[in-house]
Amino acid sequence: MHKIWLITKREYLSRVTKKSFIVMTILGPVLIALFYGVIIGLAVNQKTGEKTRTIAVVDSSGLFKNHLENPSKVEFIYTENDTTTLGKDIFGWMIIPKDFTLDNPKEIVFKSTESATLDLQGKLTNAVEASGKNQKLMQKGVRQSFLDSLKMEVQMKTLEISETGDLLSSQAELNFGLGAAFAFIIYFFIFLYGVQVMRGVMEEKTNRIVEIIISSVKPFQLMMGKILGIAMVGLTQFLIWIALSGILTGIISIFFASQIGSVPHNLPQAGNQIQAMNPILEAFFNLNFSFYIAIFVFYFLFGYLLYSSMFAAIGSAVDSESDTQQFMLPVTLPLIISFATSFSILASDPHGSMATFMSLFPLTSPIIMMVRLPFDPPGWELAVSMITLVLTFILFTWLAGRIYKVGILMMGKKPTYKQLFKWMLMK
Amino acid sequence: MSFLEINEVSKFYQTHKALDHVSLSVPEGSIYGLLGPNGAGKTSLIRIINQITAPDTGSITFDNEPLNTEHIYKIGYLPEERGLYKKQKVWEQMIYFGQLKGLSLAEAKKRSEEWLVKFDLREWKNKKVEELSKGMQQKVQFIITVLHKPKLLILDEPFTGFDPINSEIIMNEIKSLKAQGTTILYSTHRMESVEEICDHICLINKSKKILDGSVKEIKKQNSKNLFELVFEGIMPTWIEKISEEPTDEGLTKLVFKVKNMNRAEIIKRVANEVNVWSFREIVPTIHQIFIDKVQEVNHA
Repeated sequence: MHKIWLITKREYLSRVTKKSFIVMTILGPVLIALFYGVIIGLAVNQKTGEKTRTIAVVDSSGLFKNHLENPSKVEFIYTENDTTTLGKDIFGWMIIPKDFTLDNPKEIVFKSTESATLDLQGKLTNAVEASGKNQKLMQKGVRQSFLDSLKMEVQMKTLEISETGDLLSSQAELNFGLGAAFAFIIYFFIFLYGVQVMRGVMEEKTNRIVEIIISSVKPFQLMMGKILGIAMVGLTQFLIWIALSGILTGIISIFFASQIGSVPHNLPQAGNQIQAMNPILEAFFNLNFSFYIAIFVFYFLFGYLLYSSMFAAIGSAVDSESDTQQFMLPVTLPLIISFATSFSILASDPHGSMATFMSLFPLTSPIIMMVRLPFDPPGWELAVSMITLVLTFILFTWLAGRIYKVGILMMGKKPTYKQLFKWMLMK
Repeated sequence: MSFLEINEVSKFYQTHKALDHVSLSVPEGSIYGLLGPNGAGKTSLIRIINQITAPDTGSITFDNEPLNTEHIYKIGYLPEERGLYKKQKVWEQMIYFGQLKGLSLAEAKKRSEEWLVKFDLREWKNKKVEELSKGMQQKVQFIITVLHKPKLLILDEPFTGFDPINSEIIMNEIKSLKAQGTTILYSTHRMESVEEICDHICLINKSKKILDGSVKEIKKQNSKNLFELVFEGIMPTWIEKISEEPTDEGLTKLVFKVKNMNRAEIIKRVANEVNVWSFREIVPTIHQIFIDKVQEVNHA
């Protein structure tokens, strides 16, 4: 164990002190934060960025002066005619004719240089109608205070009935995003670090360091030390990414929250607005992060261990990078297939038979189970998938160790599959 | 007393036999030359001693114990194909390999420092290996091999890649390690250095041992009773002439063979008949013996 530890330590330290590692580790979260910032920025700007428009009301009927309530993003001012501006940047003039009465509302006119959107037209007519209604009610003896108390704000959650009869909500969008993100990260990490294992093995083989090392340690110890060392590099990078991304996105969120807060009129509703604006964000904050991270780390670790033992075997069998291609494809195929199908699984049915099978099958489960995770797969499936993965990892590492042991000392001709199989059975 | 005993060791690979019932005995504190052409089985034998592979049959005794995993801490191995981590610092690398060979961190540091001073490499200690010249890399490799003070040192072609000056330094180190009691197994197919440093040799060809013993004995055994005589006078008739040529001084240089007579008798008889200017026995070089034996086996 002491030797595996020594090797793990060397593999770890020699990698985390590399410039490329440090750059990647810092750059990753910065990119993530930047991406987040742009998304939030766009969302926030759509709401707060819309300018408040000043509408001049030319009220010849005298019914509405100072009675119209400002709808959101609209401010009413009252003028005598349709040319006065009162020194303001007027978007348009709403002209209420002289013969307009509450019982006989005549057509009102809106004049503007830019055409008024349907949204704006609706807001203006609604304001007039609401004011007219209030005036009628007051004529019938309803008091102003009662009218004020009628105001209420209702929020709505939208649900969609899917083909299978399930209810989809904004949560679904979030789950989709999460599943896709998990699939990508696991795929990316297994590839990135698995290939590092392969390169490391090849480096030792072609540099002939391996003969010195295995005269001191068992080949299996060397292989495990390398695999574990690189796993720790991956975990270090991942944890730094999580921590740094968390901090950076936190800072960005606070920044935008303060921006929203600084807009007048909306002060009391600032918080509500963010929530209303983005139900996805709301769902996001309700997630069970520690659970997801724990499961993620498990699948990342064992998925990586499973594949990297195969990568180590490939690295040991060949002498040059170009010879690896032939062996890489069959090994990485399950990984590529699961990554490719993850999106269709997400889009169709995350609990279908295909998805269920792939999330239990150990060569595909690290990606597919993570894809399904946000959709709450049954606990027993999760357990079976995890146990199968661990058992397969043990079996594959043992087999890979046998190929590795023979391969690292074989120089020259590229072996065939048949030979690799023989190596597995060799004493 | 022998330090390393190889008994009837055989090793088979899928297609060929690498070692065929090889037995040899390496005396403690000696430099033992393991000779043989490329592909003879030397590396297979070395790997078995290093426990990189296991023999299919036969046994090995190390320091009077059956070879076991604890012995790897007492073996230092310099493979023919050298290798270091190119991107790692000299110093870190030495400590790492020292620790793999069972040294504590503190001890590995201390000894690395001593060796760096000895080999004049101190100012290079924080450099990456790839920044060093080839000769310096070889020195680092040598240090790594001996850092843990092995009782058995296995050197596979140790002088490849060294210039004459560095070869001399390494040669002196090898001799000094021997003086300190280290048993050295020296594998090579270059004969020049063998006679200089080896006490015993073993010749392996085509996976079989074809001869072994002390250098002196082997030379004696392989003596062909050839003599060289430079003389003035009439050629003796009782000798078996091999070649004859005149020298610049007007003398005759004769190479001849005599059976059933020792050197003293020959000198006496020759001196009676001719005017002797010089006389010597032509002792075969290890190089010659090597070539003869290998050809003998190959033609058989």
